[in-house]
Amino acid sequence: MAAAVLPMTKPGEVGAQRIAFVLMVAFFLLAPLVLYPVFLMKAMCFALFAAAFNLLIGYVGLLSFGHAMFLGTAGYVCAHAAKVWGFPPELAILAGTAAACALGVVTGLLAIRRQGIYFAMITLALAQMIYFFYLQMPFTQGEDGIQAVPRGKLLGFIDLSNVWAMYGTVLVVFVAGFLLIYRIIHSPFGQVLKAIRENEARATSLGYDVDRYKLAAYVISATLAGVAGATNALVFQLAALNNVHWSMSGEVVLMTLLGGLGTIFGPVVGAFAVLAMENYLAQLGFWVTIVQGAIFVVCVLTFRRGIVGELALLIKKPL
Amino acid sequence: MTEIFGVPTQALFGQLLIGLINGSFYALLSLGLAVIFGLLNIINFTHGAQYMMGAFVAWFLLNKAGLGYWWALVIAPIAVGVFGAIIERTMLKQLYKLDHLYGLLLTFGLALIIQGLFRNEYGSSGLPYSIPSQLQGGQNLGFMFLPNYRAWVIVLSLVVCFSTWFVIEKTKLGSYLRAATENPELVRAFGINVPRMITLTYGFGVGLAALAGVMAAPIYSVNPLMGADLIIVVFAVVVIGGMGSIMGSILTGFGLGVVEGLTKVFYPEASNTVIFIIMAIVLMLRPAGLFGTQR
Repeated sequence: MAAAVLPMTKPGEVGAQRIAFVLMVAFFLLAPLVLYPVFLMKAMCFALFAAAFNLLIGYVGLLSFGHAMFLGTAGYVCAHAAKVWGFPPELAILAGTAAACALGVVTGLLAIRRQGIYFAMITLALAQMIYFFYLQMPFTQGEDGIQAVPRGKLLGFIDLSNVWAMYGTVLVVFVAGFLLIYRIIHSPFGQVLKAIRENEARATSLGYDVDRYKLAAYVISATLAGVAGATNALVFQLAALNNVHWSMSGEVVLMTLLGGLGTIFGPVVGAFAVLAMENYLAQLGFWVTIVQGAIFVVCVLTFRRGIVGELALLIKKPL
Repeated sequence: MTEIFGVPTQALFGQLLIGLINGSFYALLSLGLAVIFGLLNIINFTHGAQYMMGAFVAWFLLNKAGLGYWWALVIAPIAVGVFGAIIERTMLKQLYKLDHLYGLLLTFGLALIIQGLFRNEYGSSGLPYSIPSQLQGGQNLGFMFLPNYRAWVIVLSLVVCFSTWFVIEKTKLGSYLRAATENPELVRAFGINVPRMITLTYGFGVGLAALAGVMAAPIYSVNPLMGADLIIVVFAVVVIGGMGSIMGSILTGFGLGVVEGLTKVFYPEASNTVIFIIMAIVLMLRPAGLFGTQR
């Protein structure tokens, strides 16, 4: 996605990102004083989800149109583990994440066989297959979803039914996931991913096994999306079909596009903006879809850098 | 009652017929996608919404203007095709120099808008559209009952698909089109108005979707979301067939419709997913698709 390309981070430019990171953490620490904590927890889960998605589109140039399958799968497995098997929350999240990782390996092996536009169509079709699978499987409770999932006691002593304990947990998970993605992007591995995005043939000629790098990035992205999905299921004590539906896959694309493809903070800002918009427009019914569609159109036609991309251009530093 | 593999022949042929009907729509839609992709390099995510618009135009014509099915068959593809041409002129045109994925994102956004607007106006339940009087009733073939309208859909779809194939592969106009797919700059240098050809091609592909919508209106109810899930199946069909060949799109469309119908008979649990499973197998064995060439 050439328009979103920003110059590579140079050592002196990390300052702006440090400041932005501190601001972001400070925001999520202080925001519950004014905003609903449940909304903020949802925002953090989806910010992590979008950041994981952005790892693929922004840094490898692969558009996955089926990322909801990882969010939803992790949610279902986490909810089932916590409710039916009686797993403690940390193990339930881990189980959900592992399931998303495994699904990432299987679908990744298939999807990376084609590139560009085909990759998007294949991931969309695979996600739709997974959707029908969950629709028919008895353990997902069909249209009702897995309800009343117990949050349990984290590490045996932190009672997550307390909203602030839950909030702290989500914040820690989010920040850890975010820092991991940051680290991956700035590692030698991340540089190879960018090389593949810029010129795949050249990366191959330099001796990199491009398919393995793509698969690795895809699985990492799926796994982190799984962390977000599993955590989200605990927050809402619910795992339902809407998180596996293609509209959710579209939503994460929208969050990342609006925030800024290939920027580090873009997905976080985009997730927050999209969720806030949905929250305010919820009474208006189907208008949410129309506004989402309109944002897509406007972003693609005139705002391809996204919010954070434009900001970065303004201060001339990558964010 | 006679049986084949423990399945009553009535049920078997019934599902085969439904499979052929679905295959007709898969073929028409994937053909439109392939034609558009060939020239524009854009995957038209709005295709499902445009199919739905075709059905709605037919419904409007009948209920607001008193014009029946036969008029709709002509007017709806033209009307929706013109709508498509306007989209191409005003929006898609700006994206040709960018990554192809932006085209997918833009058309996805447009699909959300169109489907959302129709859903606001007409809700999610379907509107009825009756079979034209000339095509009511059916034939008793001895082994099964064949409703006239369904036979008509299959025949019309075959005629439209093969005419399209003929025009693109065997006529002069088609040769311009194929040339522009290969090298638009060179074709332009020969004095052919390629931008206009692109607009008309997009309008034509969209028109095919609308035609499928009109044909579907009497079979499935007219519903704002009738194209939303269908388009994903058609994407899988396109991946299986590979978009390189027109004939490939047609054969894959009909073939997969039949396979889906047979699955409904022998293993109904998998009927929703069988096309996706076939896609996964094809990706493992022949990643470029059955009729495709890797570009």
